[in-house]
Amino acid sequence: MLINVAETVVADALRGMAAAHPELTVDVENRVIVRRDAPVADKVALVSGGGSGHEPLHGGFVGPGMLSAACPGEVFTSPVPDQMVRAAAAVDSGRGVLFVVKNYTGDVLNFDMAAELAEDEGIQVAKVLVNDDVAVTDSLYTAGRRGTGATLFVEKLAGAAADEGMPLERVEAVARRVNDRARSFGVALSACSTPAKGGPTFDLPDGELELGVGIHGEPGRERRAMMTSREIADFAVDAVLDDLQPRNPVLLLVNGMGATPLLELYGFHAEVQRVLAERDVAVARVLVGNYVTSLDMAGASVTLCEADEELLRLWDAPVRTPALRWGV
Amino acid sequence: MLDAGFFRRWLTAAAAAVDREAERLTELDSPIGDADHGSNLQRGFAAVVTTLDQEAPATPGAVLVLAGRQLISTVGGASGPLYGTLLRRTGKALGEAAEVSEQDFADALKESVEAVGRLGGAAVGDKTMLDALVPAVDALAESFTAAAAAAEKGAESTVPLQARKGRASYLGERSIGHQDPGATSSALIVTALAEAAGGSASGGDHE
Repeated sequence: MLINVAETVVADALRGMAAAHPELTVDVENRVIVRRDAPVADKVALVSGGGSGHEPLHGGFVGPGMLSAACPGEVFTSPVPDQMVRAAAAVDSGRGVLFVVKNYTGDVLNFDMAAELAEDEGIQVAKVLVNDDVAVTDSLYTAGRRGTGATLFVEKLAGAAADEGMPLERVEAVARRVNDRARSFGVALSACSTPAKGGPTFDLPDGELELGVGIHGEPGRERRAMMTSREIADFAVDAVLDDLQPRNPVLLLVNGMGATPLLELYGFHAEVQRVLAERDVAVARVLVGNYVTSLDMAGASVTLCEADEELLRLWDAPVRTPALRWGV
Repeated sequence: MLDAGFFRRWLTAAAAAVDREAERLTELDSPIGDADHGSNLQRGFAAVVTTLDQEAPATPGAVLVLAGRQLISTVGGASGPLYGTLLRRTGKALGEAAEVSEQDFADALKESVEAVGRLGGAAVGDKTMLDALVPAVDALAESFTAAAAAAEKGAESTVPLQARKGRASYLGERSIGHQDPGATSSALIVTALAEAAGGSASGGDHE
């Protein structure tokens, strides 16, 4: 690993991020990344956060047209409420703050506590839970479906809604609609290694793959002998379409988990497009790249979000962040 | 009767136990989690000891509320809010009394364990910290030593269980055969009560 010691991995990355992005205010000690021009007068603000190790999510999505602030936790560990309260206070213009929370027990608990504390300070807070991963059955016997690739769609589209000047209830409604219409499925070809452990967090032998893997390397539906890109695309897209039958053109994210080369990812994207065409699903917009990663895991995920006119307008709206920028 | 000094000794002993057992907690968290339970709790309890030294709260309630807030502010993940809430609620229930009876403490802790269960949406048998905490608070009326034994036994009882809450739940049947790290750290914290009372272990080197 290209690190000094495990204990300073997050702080080291934040110092590097601060030096690379003068348009952001990076508070290394308190672990909050804020767009430098915050609070933006008369606009709703968006705050997200989660464990580190998924970069560019969330810090790389801070900037005009997307997040107002992000709170990175330790690697794969939810941030603490103090971070979210500090972020909310820094970005609130008086029109309220939307918390974008991925559905993991730790994130949910810490953001809930933060929302209460922020409201005590007079900040109006709304929350949206992202739970798009179809690999996990949403039942009483699990912690529910996980939040993965759809987080990017929620942050981009709700961020654009806030940028248009929509009030908090409408920005929240956009975020919910996006989550309701988005589904993901991920595949791991190798395990990821956390700095704390210094080795793989799970055992995935060479020549096998994990279908339905989570973004912390959590197991999914089944383990199989290695498959071709074509076979993986068939499996992943069908898993998503089992749960979402889009009647309108979709937004498509073909996301790399961190260690899969873009060469392979583009080839996989071609296969995903082929399956979607075979299933009569029209694709309105595409994003291919490493956006919601899992440290050094090899693999990919597919996220579809059924779009409509408003969501397409919000998708095309200008965005200017370290990891996503167009129209400016 | 238990005074602020007792609760400071408890949390100091808990911090020492977490520190001593951090590697074991991380190892347990490896097959069914992401191998950081030990380091996250180490960071949190070290901060608790520091803040108790600096602020020297004078009542049992104040000690526990301060410690709980500190855990919430430093640990993160699910264990930060859950352990933080456990201590903070217990502290609030004890109010401003300079000393509390063992029974008052047992009652307050029992209610807080129930609150933690509601917060995490978990029950006994889900392979979580509750599997150690619930039997421990039931045995607390008897003695701290009995509570420690019940917590240990509860933690061991998680081995054959399938996880139904938290990140380990995604493993389904693959979570069977591993002791739950949260139940294990809960047992350490309960055992520290007996140490603070000068009971069984004195911070020694039991394996």
